[in-house]
Amino acid sequence: MYKIAAMGDKDSIYGFASIGLEIYPVEEPTDAIRQLRDMVEGGYAVIFVTEQLATAIESEIDRYRELPMPAIIPIPGINGNTGLGMRNVSKSVEQAVGSDILSDA
Amino acid sequence: MARLNVNPTRMELTNIKGKLKTAKKGHKLLKDKRDELMRQFIELVRENKDLRRQVEAGIAEANAHMAVARSVMSDEALNVALMLPMQEMSLEVTEKNVMSVMIPVFETKFKTADANDIYSYGYAFTSSDLDDAVKALSDIMPLMLRLAEVEKSCQLMAAEIEKTRRRVNALEHVMIPQYEETIKYIRMKLDENDRSTTTRLMKVKDMMLEEAHHYSEREVG
Repeated sequence: MYKIAAMGDKDSIYGFASIGLEIYPVEEPTDAIRQLRDMVEGGYAVIFVTEQLATAIESEIDRYRELPMPAIIPIPGINGNTGLGMRNVSKSVEQAVGSDILSDA
Repeated sequence: MARLNVNPTRMELTNIKGKLKTAKKGHKLLKDKRDELMRQFIELVRENKDLRRQVEAGIAEANAHMAVARSVMSDEALNVALMLPMQEMSLEVTEKNVMSVMIPVFETKFKTADANDIYSYGYAFTSSDLDDAVKALSDIMPLMLRLAEVEKSCQLMAAEIEKTRRRVNALEHVMIPQYEETIKYIRMKLDENDRSTTTRLMKVKDMMLEEAHHYSEREVG
């Protein structure tokens, strides 16, 4: 049995609590990294991270990219979409194919 | 292209021929694996992009409702309303094997019997915008989980494709030419040995005949 978490600034993730996700409001990247490591140990299958925070701790998130668990998924926060999520997808394509052949731009 | 540093013997030749055969077979199999992985990967990436677009739109909508709710309700009231969630969501994770890549498959479980049991507050002291926000999030949640599944699969498959591609290239551009070069070298060496043996034998035969019949003396006489 695995849990689902949402991490990011409080305003962006508060709503998720009501539909049954565990929320971890953090603002500082250093706290976020510590929190993320705890969560990886703690049996979370999916961790949603606001794009704003994900940008700040990108290198840490990349460490879990090729592990089967957990899936760390950037989502847009209250401050809007930074495009990090789509960039991540493009990154996968680039890794596999050698260049981003599926970009719409 | 560098050849392997081996003794040019028949035994080595047979060995390397065997290795070349294996390498070629492996190359073909890996190439097929790469192509199939690539096909599935492209499909997944397309789905991933679609899902992401939908999810991002959904979250933006929920956030808009949330912003309105926050502006009409006090912070305390909002905190109280969302502090104790009714619902708890958990996942059952199984793995699916796609071309030897283990990709996760999620199955959602809810704590309460009714998955729509999402409002953790009475309606008396909260704004209806909060209801809208929670509803919007709840609607988008299945898509978000599907997104998590697909995006993780994409990442895992991308890593596997990269590895397979490297192996295919190493076989195609290093191992196989190397073996071929070595086989050619050993063949040449063996042929060369054959020829030198033949000439030597001819020479020896000449010398023996000379010994027996003394041709050169007769010519003079």
